[in-house]
Amino acid sequence: MNTPWRTYLLWFAQENVQFRFAEMNSLLSLLNIQMKFIQKPKDIEPYWIVEFASEKDVRLLASRAVSLRSCLELWAHGKSIPDLHEKLKLYPHHLMAPYLQPDKSFKIEVETFCKHFTQKEKVDKIESFNYLPVMGPVDLRKPDVTLQYIEYYGIISNDPPDLPYDVFFGRWIANGLRQLIQKLSLKTRKFIGNTSMDAQLSLLMANQAGVKEGDIVLDPFVGSGSLLVAAAQFGAYVFGTDIDYLMLHARTRPSRITQKEREKDESIKANMKQYNLENRYLDVLVNDFSVSFWRSNIELDAIITDPPYGIRESTERVGTAKECNAVKEEHLSTHIPAKTEYGISSLYSDLLSFSAKHLRVGGRLVCWFPVFREDYDENYLPSHPCLELVANNEQTLTKVTSRHLLTYKKTETFNPLHTAQNEIMDFRERYYTAREETRKERRTRETKIRQENRLRHEKETHDKTNIS
Amino acid sequence: MKLLTHNMLTSKCMKGVSVGYPLAINALDVRVSEVDFNPEFIARMIPKLDWNVLYGAAESIGQLKDLPRDIIENFESNEDFLKKVHHVLMEVDIINGDLICPETGRKFPINNGIPNMLLNEDEV
Repeated sequence: MNTPWRTYLLWFAQENVQFRFAEMNSLLSLLNIQMKFIQKPKDIEPYWIVEFASEKDVRLLASRAVSLRSCLELWAHGKSIPDLHEKLKLYPHHLMAPYLQPDKSFKIEVETFCKHFTQKEKVDKIESFNYLPVMGPVDLRKPDVTLQYIEYYGIISNDPPDLPYDVFFGRWIANGLRQLIQKLSLKTRKFIGNTSMDAQLSLLMANQAGVKEGDIVLDPFVGSGSLLVAAAQFGAYVFGTDIDYLMLHARTRPSRITQKEREKDESIKANMKQYNLENRYLDVLVNDFSVSFWRSNIELDAIITDPPYGIRESTERVGTAKECNAVKEEHLSTHIPAKTEYGISSLYSDLLSFSAKHLRVGGRLVCWFPVFREDYDENYLPSHPCLELVANNEQTLTKVTSRHLLTYKKTETFNPLHTAQNEIMDFRERYYTAREETRKERRTRETKIRQENRLRHEKETHDKTNIS
Repeated sequence: MKLLTHNMLTSKCMKGVSVGYPLAINALDVRVSEVDFNPEFIARMIPKLDWNVLYGAAESIGQLKDLPRDIIENFESNEDFLKKVHHVLMEVDIINGDLICPETGRKFPINNGIPNMLLNEDEV
C-alpha cells in the first residue's frame, strides 16, 4: 500500500519574492520531486500549503532551497486561535503519537510573523497546548522533536491587526539555506569587484541552472567569480573567462571603501579556498567572449553569467576603428589590445549561440538581461531555436530600469544553421538618451513639489496660530 | 592552468589558422598540488578528452608519471587508472609559461596560473 501524501507548510523569506516560484520549479524538476498545492498560494504571502509523498522529499528540497526559511509537517491550520486548537484536537492521534513518545525529547517554538510578543506572552501561548499528549522530556537545546506554533499577522509590520489572519501548528522538518547566504556574504569575501553578485542571487542563479554534483559550469563574464562560488557550493566544477586582465589578476582598484590597495593574494581561486571549494576550481582565462578559444565539441552542463550592461561595467571586445591597425614588432611584448564597443544585442546573440552550441541537451543558460522598463516586450528577449525560455523574473533596479533573470533550457541538438534572434533592444543607448531627457524634467518637477509642500506647511502653521 | 583546460583550447579563431590544436606548452613554472579525488567526475571527463593531446601535453612538461599511453578498458571501475588521470588533469598546474599556436607560433602568456588568450586588434 502506498503511504498517503501528507500536508506540509513551506515558510519563505520575504526577500526576492519574485524568484520564489521559479526557484521551486527548478528544484522540483532537478530533484525529481512531486509537489501538490493544497491552497493556491498568493504572491504576497510568505507561506505555501502543499503535499509531498514523503518527508524525504521535503528534506531534499529544503537542502537546496535558498528562498525557503523552514518547513513543517502541518498538523493544524486555523483562521483564528480557537479554530486552530479545535483543528489540532481533530488531528489523528496515530499520526502525532510517534513523536510524542516518552523517549523523545521535545520543545515547542512560537513564531509570530509581523507582531512582537514578550517572552511571558509566548510562554502563555505554549501553555495553551497543554492538552497535547506529550510524554517525553522538554529539551530546549537539542530536542528530538521540534513542534512549531505560528501566528501570522500579515506582512505590514508597522500596523499589524489585533488578531492573526492565520494560525499554524506542526512538526518542524528542516530549514532552507538562509544560513548559507550569511556564510557566502560579500561582506566577508576576500576578493570582490564593483559589480559582484550578492550571495543570495548567486545561489538562486545556481539553482535556476539546476547545478548538481560533478557538473561543469562556465561563466563567460566572470569578473570576481561570485557566480562560480555559488555553483561550486552545489558541487559544480567551474570555469570562468573575462576580457578584463586586471580584474582576473585582482589588480583593479579595490571595491571596499576601507581598502586602499588590493591584497597580493586576492583572486577567484582565493575565494574558492576561503569557502573550502578549491577542489571545484578548474581555471579562469583572459578571453574576449566574441572570439572563442574553446574546442568546438566541448560540452557544458550550465552557463551562468551576468554580462556587462555597459553602465557600471563596460561592454567591450577587442577591435579598432582604425584602418591601419598593425601592431609594431617592438611594441608586441607590452601591447594592450585596443577595445571597441561590444553592442548588447551582439553580445546576447553570441551568448545564446554559444550556449546552444556548447550546452548538453537539457543543460541550462541562466543570465541577467537589462531592460528599459517602459520598452519591455517579451518578444524582444534574446532567443534561439535550440533554447527554450523556462523562467523570466524581473528585478527592479531604478524607476525606469530593471533586469530580468532569464533561464533557458537547451531542448535540441545544435544545428549550425540555427541562429540567435538578433532584434534585441539596445538597453545602453536607451538608458543614456532617456536619462538625459528626464534629468532636467525631474529636477523641475521636484523643485515644484518642494515649493508646494513649503507653501502648504506655512499655511497650516498660519491657520493653527490663528485658531489658538 | 590545468591540463584539463589545455585539452579544451584551440587557436582556430585566429586569422589563417585552420585547426590550431593542440596548443604547445612552454612551462616555466609548474606546481603540483593535491586536489580531492572524485572518481565519478574523472570517469565522466575521460570520454570528453582528446587522450593523445593529454598524453602529449603531460609528456612535454615532464608530468607524465605513469599515465598509460591509451585509455584502458572498463576505466570507470579502475580506481588506480582514474587516480593517474586525476593527477594529470587536476593536480598539475602551470603557473608561468606560454601556450603556443601550432600554426602561427603566436604565444599566449600564462601568468599566475591564468592564460591570457587576448588577441591584438590586428589579429581578429
